[in-house]
Amino acid sequence: MNRRDLFLRWIGVIIRQGSVFLATLLSLFPVYFMTVSAFKTRAEYIADKWGPPNSLYWANFTTAVAGEKFFIRFANSAILTVGSVAVSLIVACLAAYAFARMEFPGKRTLFNLILSLMVVPPVVMVVPLFVSMVRWGLVNSYTGTTLIYIGLLLPFSIYMMTNFFRTIPWEIIEAARIDGCSSFGVLWRIMMPLSAPALITLIVVNALWVWNELLIALVFMQKDELKTLMVGIAALRSRNYVDIPATMAGLLIATIPILVVYMFGQRYFIRGLTGGAVK
Amino acid sequence: MQKKIEPFLYLAPALLVFILIFGYPLARLAVMSLQRPSQGQQTFVGLTNYKSIFSDSVFLTAVKNNAMLLICVPIMVVIALILAVFLFERIRGWQFYRTTLFLPYLLPITVVGLVFSYIFQLSGVLNEFLALIGLERLGLDWLGSPRYALYTLMFVVIWKEVGFGVVLFLARLMSVEEELFDAAKIDGANWWQLQWYITVPQLATVIEFFTVVSVITMLSWVFNYVYVMTAGGPGNSTMVTELYIYLTGFRYNQMNIASAVAVLLLLVTGVLIFLELRLRERSELMQVVG
Repeated sequence: MNRRDLFLRWIGVIIRQGSVFLATLLSLFPVYFMTVSAFKTRAEYIADKWGPPNSLYWANFTTAVAGEKFFIRFANSAILTVGSVAVSLIVACLAAYAFARMEFPGKRTLFNLILSLMVVPPVVMVVPLFVSMVRWGLVNSYTGTTLIYIGLLLPFSIYMMTNFFRTIPWEIIEAARIDGCSSFGVLWRIMMPLSAPALITLIVVNALWVWNELLIALVFMQKDELKTLMVGIAALRSRNYVDIPATMAGLLIATIPILVVYMFGQRYFIRGLTGGAVK
Repeated sequence: MQKKIEPFLYLAPALLVFILIFGYPLARLAVMSLQRPSQGQQTFVGLTNYKSIFSDSVFLTAVKNNAMLLICVPIMVVIALILAVFLFERIRGWQFYRTTLFLPYLLPITVVGLVFSYIFQLSGVLNEFLALIGLERLGLDWLGSPRYALYTLMFVVIWKEVGFGVVLFLARLMSVEEELFDAAKIDGANWWQLQWYITVPQLATVIEFFTVVSVITMLSWVFNYVYVMTAGGPGNSTMVTELYIYLTGFRYNQMNIASAVAVLLLLVTGVLIFLELRLRERSELMQVVG
């Protein structure tokens, strides 16, 4: 290899590493900024916004948790997330079983119809849903809001579970049927256990979605004691007094569940979110 | 007989939810968009609501801003493509980079939006940095000025959504047979030729998918960014269709006007999805229920 090639190769490495490194720096900066600010006193934050804190100032977390009914909001988000993820998972598995393993008239049409619901923007649904929920007396209730989340989670969940169920070999099912397993037994004892990786992926992706959701929570959980964490956070923007370090501490607490889940379940995230497109 | 009913027993819970959450409300939406309240009663007024939104300058601003946001899409595709190719070349630490580049996509927009609004404050960390490197003249009121607020917003949208593209493209590249690249290299293809003749054609379907998803995002999934960072301001300079629906429906209590806008938004999204499904059917990328 002559010197010119060697030189070009080095330039190539530098450009690659440089641009990827820069992109990573940009990706991480807000999280870094949030974390270091959460441990600074207010005076420290004003004096130095960039650097790490001089010492860990934990009082911000106490302030964040004490104000804004933090625990109630946290609990509300958790209730909605657990409820809607659990119910939608069961409903989706039942439906996916029919789509993957049974024949019935109109199957393809129905499936495509459900797929198309995947992209209906929530904002389109919010007005008529509100009118309907008022009529059904379900505004400002966990039931009503959970029901809406279930509806919005179902299309993707059904799509994903149908795809996965179809990969389970017929022979296993046939064998179970011959051994006297009922149709529901096949789903419960064979399909579900074999689908554990897909189920975990779905739980992780759906939980993230509900946890992060703002619009539905804003409209359907208006009572102060029902507000979710994200609604509470969004309201901080319009505050006149701003204790930025304490706010950052609150934001950090709200983000930590996601960071933890991401660290342990990274491959499930990536599989779940790209699974629809890359086959 | 039992065989015929069985599938529907499994489908019943899902269908019930769909009727309650999509079917009935969508029908209500269509009807409401054609009505107006008068003397406590909803009366049919034809297309009056649709006509009146097109003479509302705020709505037109919102549509214009959504159109502006579409500029993000090609930028995102190019950035994601470059990063995915670099990672695919197995540069040192590529797995770590993939993890970090994907992280923004998972963070709540509400949290990220708030953090960014502190970063972009007039006395925020960005302007301090610019002053530090002697560029204080570039310091702007990034979110507070009607001229720049939308561009700042676009930056944040790109920042958050581009990681999805990177991971998507990378996953597809990894499923391409290595021989294809090797063969091209043996034939003496240089780096650019390799990307142009192998990478891009191999990624065509996922690029198309990412483009469609991003277009839909720009038109109908940016509510959170706007609500948290600018609330449409200053002076409607960052008003978008979604926020317009939310405000007319829930702040000004004009549910019928909001419904008309929602119907239009649904139609636009519907057309896009229809086109995408047709494209996909053609490319046979999606082989779901046979």
